[in-house]
Amino acid sequence: MSIRHTSGMTEVPEPTHRRRSHAGTRDLERYAGLFAERTSVMRSSAMRDLMAITARPEVISLAGGLPDTSTFPPQSFAAQMTRIAQESAAKALQYGPTEGFEETKDCILEVMGAEGMLPDPDDIIVTTGGQQAIDLVCKTLLDPGDVVICEAPTYPGAIPTLCSYQADVVQVECDERGMQVELLEQLLAELREEGRRVKFIYSVPSFQNPAGVSMSLERRRRLVELARAQELLVVEDNPYGLLRYGGEPMPPLYQLDGGDFVIYLGTFSKILSPGIRLGWAVAPPPVMEKIVLGKQAADLCTSTLTQYFVREYFAERRWQSYVGDLVEIYRGRRDTMVEALRTHFPAEATWTEPEGGLFIWATLPDYIDTGDLLAKALRADVAFVPGQAAYVDGRGSHSMRLNFSGVNDEEIHEGVRRIGKVIAEQVELYGTLTGEHRVPEPEQESTPNVVPFRKAGEVG
Amino acid sequence: MKVAVLKGGRSLERGVSLRSGARVEDALERLGHEVLPIDVGPDLVKRLGAERPDVAFVAMHGVGGEDGTVQELLEILGIPFTGPGAAACARCMDKVQAKDAIDEAGLPTPEWFAFNQTAFREFGAADALGRLEETLGFPLVVKPSRGGSSLGVKFARSPGEVPQALVSAFSYDDRVLLERFVDGRELAVSILGDEPLPVVEAILLEGDRYDFEARYEIGRTRFACPAELTAEEERAVTETALATYRALGCTGFARIDLILGESGPWLLEANAIPGLTDTSLLPQAAEAAGLSFEQLVERILDLALRPAAA
Repeated sequence: MSIRHTSGMTEVPEPTHRRRSHAGTRDLERYAGLFAERTSVMRSSAMRDLMAITARPEVISLAGGLPDTSTFPPQSFAAQMTRIAQESAAKALQYGPTEGFEETKDCILEVMGAEGMLPDPDDIIVTTGGQQAIDLVCKTLLDPGDVVICEAPTYPGAIPTLCSYQADVVQVECDERGMQVELLEQLLAELREEGRRVKFIYSVPSFQNPAGVSMSLERRRRLVELARAQELLVVEDNPYGLLRYGGEPMPPLYQLDGGDFVIYLGTFSKILSPGIRLGWAVAPPPVMEKIVLGKQAADLCTSTLTQYFVREYFAERRWQSYVGDLVEIYRGRRDTMVEALRTHFPAEATWTEPEGGLFIWATLPDYIDTGDLLAKALRADVAFVPGQAAYVDGRGSHSMRLNFSGVNDEEIHEGVRRIGKVIAEQVELYGTLTGEHRVPEPEQESTPNVVPFRKAGEVG
Repeated sequence: MKVAVLKGGRSLERGVSLRSGARVEDALERLGHEVLPIDVGPDLVKRLGAERPDVAFVAMHGVGGEDGTVQELLEILGIPFTGPGAAACARCMDKVQAKDAIDEAGLPTPEWFAFNQTAFREFGAADALGRLEETLGFPLVVKPSRGGSSLGVKFARSPGEVPQALVSAFSYDDRVLLERFVDGRELAVSILGDEPLPVVEAILLEGDRYDFEARYEIGRTRFACPAELTAEEERAVTETALATYRALGCTGFARIDLILGESGPWLLEANAIPGLTDTSLLPQAAEAAGLSFEQLVERILDLALRPAAA
């Protein structure tokens, strides 16, 4: 074993393995008895392995959900970090309060104010990204077996979190006006009859990931009424509200409700940078108290350094114009993608034309399984997210999520063209197999995937 | 000894291959070998030429690494390698070829019909589907001829589901097969050198037995090793597996998958390079036979360097 000599420090034996080496051969058995029961619901599949190859450099990936960070001015980044180093180094490198700095909360108030919300700063907690906010809400509210109601399709990244808290996830179909709140009412009544306990309703009401649709004002009103009447919480996840490319702004659920039965989740990821991992949650004081305890146990506090960065960045008073720049870029990319879909996708396909956000949800004829299609698409060097990732029960297999924010116009065109080509091959093959060359349906207004409503537990 | 570990590549099973490779590298290091990890790409031949390893450990799955392509190159370069040779790999990878060879050897495999896309596109093969469905009955299984990890395998429960299943299977290969569904216990026999290892059984944890898709979801299946078989069943299963291994010309190792039905074993397919991850079946079987993962890796290397030792 070689010894690394470092002056003034204790001699440290140099690590001999570049990688963790396995403790023994009975790897799985050795640990199997130690795993928590919740790990058994964390499933893996061949399809997940397939997603591993989307990272190949030659693949045009419409599978991501990445904002475009290339337009953020490096000079501005450098200036802010320099200022922090010169003026606040010791503080910026120190722990901070669990709830987050007041100054960060001021920035959050500005962002929320831009959508007409004015929460009490004491109701806010700064989190390590919006994802931690989801995790903390689950940690605070869920016992194993509790029912959580989500949209169908729902944010794919919420599913592993909900599952790891052993929630019983029930999904309510969306149409072009978001979650069908009428169906939700019906479902709540059924669940009550069955004696099942609903803890919260998780929704991305504006420019939803993955469907790209927004909940109508009427449904928003009805949803918060329902929550109030039945004393249920609605968890409103709103990462995209300010990324609006058309239509009229819609009041967030938090604003309609006044914050009594709505927990609001926000993030700087889509309006500034996902790399700084800064998000937040707003909750009624008794709930917030528990969330803070959960946060303390999880990571003590959110990165002080990046909170300083946000403070400096907001002090420049240019954050809204930067969001404006992003909106311009993304609007162009959305238009490019919609145009590419019209050109390259078969007439039988439908897709959403979102007025904001980062995603388009496309639905193909029911004889095409988008998981299998992905294998074919990867051979053509293009990737998307198969729709099943947005469901807990195997549905969604004829749909796909396409991202337009993290790719340029040329990549969007070429990527959609490649996907269109593999779909066309399957459509033609199906026609040959059934002997009926399906007559393309007349061009109709695109609507999101509308599937008949089903109860939880029914797998189709 | 200098051992090149070939892994990754462009196949759909790249993820599993990287995990198999990493685990093999760890074991080789612990065994004191000089390890040369290679994520297989266009520079493969150049790197092998420059590094001149004593032996190549092929930890690749799927098209390219398991179908004889890489093996052929290694044969040309004169580098000994683990697992079956190029011709055997090609036969195992292609389920139609494998079933032909199994059938010719007089071994039982469920009845099947194979088609390529041209048959449907240019010769109206769709018109023959009705008759085939009558012969095979329902449910029937539709598979891509070349494809691993059960990707693209679909069960059609009625004639209406067949075209859709074919579209899925054709996503992975130009040739597909329709196969009679045989009900029974799902077994895998790994063979090391010429020795069958203890039999592994895949047992469905939840869902009814006709919830076919559940079989392919990790976490919904439990593996038992050694499988609970009567002495007679075990003999029938291992003998059939070994005969298949020989009929396909395998050397080194391979895994034979079969169904134990009421009338006895039915051969489904052979995997020339089964997974070597910590949840894979070959290492589990080796362990049941008392071989640690290092011992398994060492034995596989031995077989590559001294084929006669088998």
